[in-house]
Amino acid sequence: MSARYLLRRLAQVVPAVAGIVIVAFVVIHSAPGDPVLALAGQHGDAAYYAFIRTKFGLDRPLPEQLLVYAGNVLRGDLGVSYVHGRPVVAVVLERLPATLLLMTSALMASSSAGIVLGVAAARRADRPADLAVRVAALVGYATPSFWLAQIAALTLALGTGLFPVQGITDARQAWTGWRYAADVAHHLALPALVLAANELALTTRLVRSGVLEALATDYIRTARAKGLPELAVIRHALRNALLPVVTVIGGRIGMLFTGAVLVETVFAWPGLGQLLLSSIQTRDMPVLLALFLLVSLAVILTNVMTDLAYAWLDPRIRYE
Amino acid sequence: MSNVLRTPGGALGASLTLAFIVVAVLAHVIAPTDPYASIGSPLTPPSRTHVFGTDDLGRDVFSGVVHGARTSLTVTLAVIAIASVVGVAVGAVAGYRGGGVDDLLMRGTEAAQIVPRFFLAVIIIALFGPGLDRVVVVLGLTSWPAIARVVRAETLSLSRREFVDAAHALGARASRILLRHVLPNALPTALVVISLNAASVILLEAGLGFIGLGDPRAISLGYLANNAQRFLRVAWWMTLFPGAAIALAVLGLNLVGDALSDLADPRRGDRAARMA
Repeated sequence: MSARYLLRRLAQVVPAVAGIVIVAFVVIHSAPGDPVLALAGQHGDAAYYAFIRTKFGLDRPLPEQLLVYAGNVLRGDLGVSYVHGRPVVAVVLERLPATLLLMTSALMASSSAGIVLGVAAARRADRPADLAVRVAALVGYATPSFWLAQIAALTLALGTGLFPVQGITDARQAWTGWRYAADVAHHLALPALVLAANELALTTRLVRSGVLEALATDYIRTARAKGLPELAVIRHALRNALLPVVTVIGGRIGMLFTGAVLVETVFAWPGLGQLLLSSIQTRDMPVLLALFLLVSLAVILTNVMTDLAYAWLDPRIRYE
Repeated sequence: MSNVLRTPGGALGASLTLAFIVVAVLAHVIAPTDPYASIGSPLTPPSRTHVFGTDDLGRDVFSGVVHGARTSLTVTLAVIAIASVVGVAVGAVAGYRGGGVDDLLMRGTEAAQIVPRFFLAVIIIALFGPGLDRVVVVLGLTSWPAIARVVRAETLSLSRREFVDAAHALGARASRILLRHVLPNALPTALVVISLNAASVILLEAGLGFIGLGDPRAISLGYLANNAQRFLRVAWWMTLFPGAAIALAVLGLNLVGDALSDLADPRRGDRAARMA
């Protein structure tokens, strides 16, 4: 991977971020209602309205307002939450770790299990085990995450009592140290598994078809002919089969956030999903906009990382 | 097209999709009651009078699911119509023109693909108030990139074929070549992405309903599942049936998409699926 490619790819981040900021700006400005009335109330006089309009720069031309807005966003100033009365960025960052914990656990579970299942299915192509994996993958991919979450809460949590139904820790116990970590892991298990299910289905499918394709190639035949052990053969096949999987997983970060938000709602997981839900109910627009910007930024950065990983994994990739 | 029905997956997918459409179209005939009408005692389990049971307000869950399917189908069809028109237009022009036009349109497509559809829909509905029209416009205007990319790729390769050269030589205009010769041949591959896209729109619409952003005037499957959340301990049927309806509809569309992609090109199937 050349430094040139790296720079070119990083340069593409700028217009992408600009695009997202413009989308957010346009959405705010096309909203119904006059922000001056919202700030100054219905019963002010014309002079007061004019004062408010000038004070907040609402009398400036739109392009200028956009630049001011973009500057604020880039400095990390996304305004103050109507409800929490604190900077939005602080409110969001406070909730981010719980969601990231949920998402990374789910992603690690789905990627590792997806590779194992995909390879197993590809090696037994069109036999019962393969068919079972394929059917399970199709069903898993079609199931809405919030519904799977409810069914899991209903059966595995309420039904068996093995898992807690809600929250991130046991409110009756204030554990510390390892006990605390174990408590969080216990609460994490079900939401993470549910979130992993959709991704697992897709990863399994892609790994299966990739490995199947690779197993039919000449280099695998060569590897087998020279007597490589089966595990080494699979490693050869996987190396090529995993390339598209990396792209797809990276490209689904937006969907993963969506899934996390919905699953959190069911399990009362104290992350961004809960924040989104309460902000919808209280119409806390600055928070909702911040969440939109955050997820967009995550998508942009993940795309860059995926492309770089791809170029690093596959030396054939050269960009002119 | 009839070949789709030859594979077991394709046949199952087509029947599920067809069943979903029939239920949605005939919702007013199939549903025994108004989905909003309180017609029985609250929270009764499935029985002969209420096959899917009743909810906390004594409303018939079966009627809710049937009418929810109608809302889901309405939104999905409208979204797919918008996304297909934009996607096919962008993809066809980019692939046929090539050069700077192609570059520009593809940069735009990549940019549009970044936008997280769900979160944009959330702010639009929070700002403008709930309504199916907003959901349709937001999802429609953000769901076209996958279609555009596939149509572009197909147009690019089809434009270099001899039959296109022949049409050119006969003096056909670009619009005629695209509409009559190129696009019909790109259709099978485009349909793969469109059907997979429709499946994801059903899930997004349900997700929006689930977090309470559905149209209160049009009952949705997501709303039913959301309402079931508070009664998980006492009324499993309130969540089971709406969720199963969503899953079956999405499964049907995915199976149809798979069967179509196997037909369009047996080896390339999953690549189209990846782009969706």
